[in-house]
Amino acid sequence: MNSLPILSLTTFLPLVGAIFILLFARGDDEAVVARNAKQTALTVSVITFLISLMIWANFDPQNAGYQLEERAEWIPQFDIGYHMGVDGISMWFVLLSTFLTPICILSAWDAVKKRVKEYMIAFLVLETLMVGMFCALDLITFYIFFEGVLLPMFLIIGVWGGENRVYAAFKFFLYTLLGSVLMLLAIIAIYHAVDSTDFIRVQDYNFPVEMQIWLWLAFFASFAVKVPMWPVHTWLPDAHVQAPTAGSVILAGVLLKMGAYGFIRFSIPMFPAATEMFTPLIYGLSIVAVIYTSLVALVQEDMKKLIAYSSVAHMGYVTIGLFTLNEQGIQGALFQMLAHGVISGALFLCVGVIYDRMHTKEIARYGGLVHRMPRYALVFMVFTMASVGLPGTAGFVGEFLVLVGAFADNTWVGVFVTSGMVLGATYMLYLYRRVVFGKITRDDLMGIMDLNKREIAVFVPLLIMVIWMGIYPSSFLSIMEPAVQRVIEQYQAGLELSVELAEQVELKR
Amino acid sequence: MYVAVIFLPLIGALIAGFFGRLIGDRASQIVTCSLLVLSAIFSWVIFFQIGANGGEEPIKLLTWLDTGDFEANWALKFDSLTAVMLIVVNTVSAMVHIYAVGYMSHDPHKARFMAYLSLFTFAMLMLVTADNFVQMFFGWEGVGLASYLLIGFWYERPSANAAAMKAFIVNRVGDFGFALGIFATFILFDSVQFDAVFSAAAEQQGKTLGFLGYEIDAMTLICLLLFIGAMGKSAQLGLHTWLPDAMEGPTPVSALIHAATMVTAGVFMISRLSPMFEYAPLALDVVCIIGASTAFFAATVGLTQTDIKRVIAYSTCSQLGYMFFAIGVGAYSAAVFHLMTHAFFKALLFLCAGSVIHAMSDEQDMRKMGGIWKMIPVTYGLMWIGSLALAGVPPFAGFFSKDMILESAYAAHSSVGQYAFWLGVIAAFMTAFYSWRLLLMTFHGTPRADEKVMAHVHESPKVMLIPLVILAIGAVFAGWLGYGMFVGDGREQFWREAIHVVGDDVIEHAHHVPTWVKIIPLVMGVSGIALAYVMYMFVPGLPAKFAKLFKPLYLFSLNKWYFDELYDRLFVRPAMMFGRWFWKGGDTAIIDNCGPNALARGTAFLSKKTSFLQSGYVYHYAFAMFFGVIVLVTVYLFKVLA
Repeated sequence: MNSLPILSLTTFLPLVGAIFILLFARGDDEAVVARNAKQTALTVSVITFLISLMIWANFDPQNAGYQLEERAEWIPQFDIGYHMGVDGISMWFVLLSTFLTPICILSAWDAVKKRVKEYMIAFLVLETLMVGMFCALDLITFYIFFEGVLLPMFLIIGVWGGENRVYAAFKFFLYTLLGSVLMLLAIIAIYHAVDSTDFIRVQDYNFPVEMQIWLWLAFFASFAVKVPMWPVHTWLPDAHVQAPTAGSVILAGVLLKMGAYGFIRFSIPMFPAATEMFTPLIYGLSIVAVIYTSLVALVQEDMKKLIAYSSVAHMGYVTIGLFTLNEQGIQGALFQMLAHGVISGALFLCVGVIYDRMHTKEIARYGGLVHRMPRYALVFMVFTMASVGLPGTAGFVGEFLVLVGAFADNTWVGVFVTSGMVLGATYMLYLYRRVVFGKITRDDLMGIMDLNKREIAVFVPLLIMVIWMGIYPSSFLSIMEPAVQRVIEQYQAGLELSVELAEQVELKR
Repeated sequence: MYVAVIFLPLIGALIAGFFGRLIGDRASQIVTCSLLVLSAIFSWVIFFQIGANGGEEPIKLLTWLDTGDFEANWALKFDSLTAVMLIVVNTVSAMVHIYAVGYMSHDPHKARFMAYLSLFTFAMLMLVTADNFVQMFFGWEGVGLASYLLIGFWYERPSANAAAMKAFIVNRVGDFGFALGIFATFILFDSVQFDAVFSAAAEQQGKTLGFLGYEIDAMTLICLLLFIGAMGKSAQLGLHTWLPDAMEGPTPVSALIHAATMVTAGVFMISRLSPMFEYAPLALDVVCIIGASTAFFAATVGLTQTDIKRVIAYSTCSQLGYMFFAIGVGAYSAAVFHLMTHAFFKALLFLCAGSVIHAMSDEQDMRKMGGIWKMIPVTYGLMWIGSLALAGVPPFAGFFSKDMILESAYAAHSSVGQYAFWLGVIAAFMTAFYSWRLLLMTFHGTPRADEKVMAHVHESPKVMLIPLVILAIGAVFAGWLGYGMFVGDGREQFWREAIHVVGDDVIEHAHHVPTWVKIIPLVMGVSGIALAYVMYMFVPGLPAKFAKLFKPLYLFSLNKWYFDELYDRLFVRPAMMFGRWFWKGGDTAIIDNCGPNALARGTAFLSKKTSFLQSGYVYHYAFAMFFGVIVLVTVYLFKVLA
């Protein structure tokens, strides 16, 4: 097949770009430096996206396993290696990351005024780490990327954020770090059991049930914070409110997916017995997330906070879908992750557009924007409807499949979560009405300008994706299907094995 | 042609929506109207083809969802039921499009309005041609979106925005049930394709499904859940509150969406799903009771409303109730028949009301009208036709369909059938009464508007009147022409597989009810008209006296049985309260305060304490060292001695 190491290329090209900017974008004229840095960053991220499309082109949709694998020795004494590969699940998240990064860079074109060069570097480094995380097939490599993502994000919030950015940045960092430390312990424990951190070997290993429980909990601590699940979600609204627009886009678009990705990649196939045991816990927390945070979203006065809370609710669907462990549920959850990446990213961009103009995110400061910004009103409407889960948009497919899966698994869960359909519509339409509809009552809104060409260029790809994913989701679902089936088979086989093992232990006693 | 009929409106919507500003208002109107008219002509051709040859195989367009056994395609299904809906939707929609050109002539957003109307039509057509539950859901929510956009069309009005939101959210409550119904269907049948589900429905009868800890008869459960969806969209008792408020939208919208087409989607849905509902008799009884209660309830509210459009809106709600109780007794074809005749005469009534409002400089309150019948004779005459059809006076359309429904309810010989029959008969009386109350208040008596308005009263332009005349033709002849085909001798030949009835054919029995049953609706109608004349023409002081005499009843009706107030207390305020409570209490006070902030506080506290150790004075350190040495020596000595 292809001899080019596409995955490594996709992963490290942004890093090369970042180093390039660091070394060559310098000089006395700050404006020139900033422009060069922006242009380089945009070029690099677009090329990265094009290369990542080659992953899709070279991907064999029939194959359920890992493809385009790359291996390199790293610490052979301990069997810790550099191992990359994607399957029908992770490939989409690589593409999501490479798709959103150029959009973010373009959206920050005029919005970021200080330390532009460093901002661009931070984004390119972030892209490397995100892509690497989704490709990594070695636990240590994964952990490094997973943790590494924290640093540029911490800086993006802490340096380019709003007024209360330091509090938000530290809250974000502490929450996520606390979970991750436990995951590191778990990885060390796994290494001691398997003598390897290569995921291919680890996933074939059968952990004793008792050990599964502890390991599952340790991973859960890390992933639950990242998702974020209730009640460890409170870092997210603060982080979003303080983060610059592009930071919010990446945060909601990609970083929130890391936790759920961790569940489906590691927790479920490696610890099937524990997964079965803790499914009620996940269901409970997710139901609370959907209903509780939807109600909280309803009373928010800050646009970004509202959308942040809606993200928590939408991720609640995802965690439920993953743990239904049937095809509809898992595929729906994965699709919902992709859709949410695009939609919530787009919604944060929508907030960014008017924030750039008016420098406030307070809902009450707006109203009647449709009179001055008809194009904006249309774009915002499309994404609002997508977020609400209107059929024909991306938001519907994932949500609906998750609900089918949840209902099939447990009718209580199905009924509770389906109520999110009503609540979601309520808070989003309420937001839209207060911002866009009505009369213009404030003088400073009279002169507000509609979307400019750059902003249109930012939104058009997102609009196309939202409609494409809504009308013809098969292009995504059909590639996911074999990989999802494999995960389910692994889970069931592992579960049976654990039961047998437990019985043998009983007999010995 | 079959595909074109669905997608022509979408093309129109896209052209007018995206290029409306480029090509101008006039061009947008021409494009959308001509595409719609073309689509309407095609639908009539299809209607006659299917009427003669029966349905077609579904046309598959594209795969939509396909995960495991869960398969749903974008597909178009054509059978008699679809064909009826096609002519109803496209004909009324074409007329409304043309009418809107005149009605919206002073509005600055003509292209946007036309785009929304066409978009709505497309969504409605997707709904009626669906060959699976999920596409139906697509159309279902799509018409909801269009309805939301159109109710809130005048977005600078807060009341319009509130009504639009309310419509969407109340419909979502219904969709919640619909969605659960789809999930349950999938669990039971392992498919969401109509064909597969319908052919397996008979075998599934009597099976149970675990739902919320109970084992419930599966078919009953599914049908009840689906019916919740139908209740939302068709504004049945409990989920009706959005429909009167939806009158905030421009009048052509009320005619198209909130009278003729979208609100009948629930009736269509259950008729489409007749092969399932037939195996859930308990669910059918519920449909019957809810329908009859709605017919009665909405009629009582219609008696006292003063906004011309709200009266017609409650009348719509009531007539939808009729259709539902017809379904409830198994008379699907009668329900669909009434759906069709109602579409014509109710669209006519709304558009006439629009013409009146247009003439009265946007006044909607009937108390400020009166004495204008000579000034707008054409509208007046057409409104008479519409009202006669609604009241069920022969030979107008409503007479045939409404009588059929009442006779079917009687012929069902069940207790719910009797309940429906009697409430329906009383509602028929009230219907006639409020229709003529409307006519008399609006057109007769002394003028109550100010002189400026009265000087300006004028007949509408031709572009508005011609659609009215066409609809009036429907309101006059649709019943008489359709009778044989829909519910008469030709019905089996016409419906074929589209409607499935198990056991007794209620329609057959309905043809053989006692004569008094056949006559009583007409008697009720005529006496309702007579009473209206007495109260509003001959003895004008009477209504006020009645209102005083029966004050509690009057207020109960005027305030629409206090549903809005009840829901506000029950749902809206608690939701806001819980939201605030979870946010300030849950997130801020408990989670943050005990979690990260407590951790930060604790760390700060400890580091402050420990920082005292580093005082920087040498004698502090020397003392600590000295003390340490003493401790170590002591420990050592103890060890050695021991």
